[in-house]
Amino acid sequence: MTSIAQKKQNRWNLVVNLILLVIVILWSIPIIGLLISSIRPQDDVLSTGWWSAFSENSGFTLDNYKRVLGGSEHTFVNSAGDTVRASGDNLGRAFINSFTVTIPSVIIPILIAAAAAFGFAWMIFPGRKLFFTIVVALLVVPLQIALIPILRDYQSLGLTGSYLGIWLAHTGFGLPLGIYLLYNYISTIPRDVFESAFLDGARPMVVFARLVLPLSVPAIASLAIFQFLWVWNDLLVALVFLGGTNDVAVLTQRLANMVGSRGQDWHLLTAGAFIAMIVPLLVFFALQRYFVQGLMAGSVKG
Amino acid sequence: MTTTDIRSEKRGVLASALITLGRLGVSLFVPIVAFGILWAGFIFLRDSNASQAVIAIVAIIWGVGGVAMLFWVTDWLVNRAPLSVAKKLQPFVFVGPALAILAWYLFVPTMRSLYLSFFDAQSNNFVKLDNYIFAFTDAKMLESFVNNLMWIVLGTGGAVGFGLLIALMADRVKLEKVYKSLIFMPMAISFVGAGVIWRFVYAYKPAGEDQIGLLNAIVTLFGGEPQAWFTMAGWNNVFLIVILVWLQTGYAMVIISAALKGVPSSIIEAGRIDGASEIRIIRSIIIPFIASTLVTVSTTIVIISLKIFDIVFTMTNGNYGTEVIASMQYKQMFRFYHYGRGSAIAMVLVIAVIPVMWYNLRQFSKREGF
Repeated sequence: MTSIAQKKQNRWNLVVNLILLVIVILWSIPIIGLLISSIRPQDDVLSTGWWSAFSENSGFTLDNYKRVLGGSEHTFVNSAGDTVRASGDNLGRAFINSFTVTIPSVIIPILIAAAAAFGFAWMIFPGRKLFFTIVVALLVVPLQIALIPILRDYQSLGLTGSYLGIWLAHTGFGLPLGIYLLYNYISTIPRDVFESAFLDGARPMVVFARLVLPLSVPAIASLAIFQFLWVWNDLLVALVFLGGTNDVAVLTQRLANMVGSRGQDWHLLTAGAFIAMIVPLLVFFALQRYFVQGLMAGSVKG
Repeated sequence: MTTTDIRSEKRGVLASALITLGRLGVSLFVPIVAFGILWAGFIFLRDSNASQAVIAIVAIIWGVGGVAMLFWVTDWLVNRAPLSVAKKLQPFVFVGPALAILAWYLFVPTMRSLYLSFFDAQSNNFVKLDNYIFAFTDAKMLESFVNNLMWIVLGTGGAVGFGLLIALMADRVKLEKVYKSLIFMPMAISFVGAGVIWRFVYAYKPAGEDQIGLLNAIVTLFGGEPQAWFTMAGWNNVFLIVILVWLQTGYAMVIISAALKGVPSSIIEAGRIDGASEIRIIRSIIIPFIASTLVTVSTTIVIISLKIFDIVFTMTNGNYGTEVIASMQYKQMFRFYHYGRGSAIAMVLVIAVIPVMWYNLRQFSKREGF
């Protein structure tokens, strides 16, 4: 390469880097603004922009977080026009609720999907192809289609507002993608891995638990992150099946409520939003590699 | 035959009958115990006054352990059956639960929604196509169709366009990982969380006051009038779509970036030697090479835009002309309790994804091994 071409290359690189830097800053500014606002004193947040936090320097505080997490006794009018009295553990409770909803909603569908994927990949039974075709077709079916019928079932079964109900709902809506992803992985495990086990007289369930599950850990990890982010961040399924009571409401529901009822209380909203974001962000940064793998393997979800 | 033979035969029959009975007893006993444990857990969870954290932990163990136990018990049961029967049942121990849940939650509901969509609000009277006539003629519905189309075109175009641009540029620099990580980050944030973030960016205060929203602060800095962005007819949709683009660009970028790594460098080098400009190389070599990836990514984001709900629900609740199909459906269900219309609108969403479904199925049927 000549030195002129080299120089041209360098200049080109500089330009590309600059453009990328601008884009990255643009992308990050909304989050940075939220983060800074959430630790500014109430009066500051409501009177000046977050960018003036650096010039004014009236200090930072964790008061917003204390108020949002602990919650003081107060009344307010919600979006529907009713006066609601909120008391005691506010988002702290919703935080635990989110975990209670999310953990089984991730593990249960993965267990069931892995078993099904194993069945589809390594067993012969009537209707195998038909059933799998249905799974593929269901990949893109919008979950909106299920809301009314399932809500009716839940009303007659007494499952509305229960954890079991929402776990099963997330399981149902997560299964097509789960089966599809895990099938793609499990069907590529070499046949001789199983054959020796079967020859030794191991039952399929034992082969599944001892061989297939451990061998599928990378695929399961991707799926778990996928499902985790999806369930934790979901609003619609929670709204429909958990209902509005604060006892069971998850973070997204409470945050959406706060937007409706206290849309101008920016000091609280920003802190609340950050609390809702912190867990998925941690998961995301810790396990980004698996998440990307999962995205590659198939990314259509109904 | 001697008498002893007959006696021992009798004892044999009795013994085997007893054994069968015993086996049957055990076969019943284990599932009953399993069911008892599950039921006790259910009662505890329903009636307990223990602290929230304790209930949460019990709920998690009960839910997850329950599923594992059900698998184990059915497998155990099937293996007690005669070998020929067990062999036939075995696959369904694995596939059965998934199929049952899929049937309950997605397959049958599609049929039930189709059925309900021909009935009135309380699903009592057959109303023929009235709900569909509503879905395709109501002013709000038509508004939501137009808006959804905007979401699909601008949202998908924006996310894929930016994603492609960033992926192409990041491919050429050293700090690729850092840049990509930061652009990808919003993927982890919920639509509701993103809503709050962007509400803050769009926040409006009357002229003369200090603006706390970034966008209005910039506008006033350049001497403009502060705007209430969410009430600007037409444009407010664009401001909402920006949020989706912000969230989904990272996804498009990551997938496209992986596809870019698969473009053989020999072809690109050959193009360079022939003196093609960088733009030309991108247009004539790289884009055609990753075309199928672009289609996949676009399809996924089209489906997300089609079903968009959370952003609209939290930001404007469909007011000021920002209604979309999914928010209309939610309102028909929970504000007007009109199950017929709600179902018909849900069917509209299903009809809209049929082309994608058909495409997926065609790809699938081409696959070997099935």
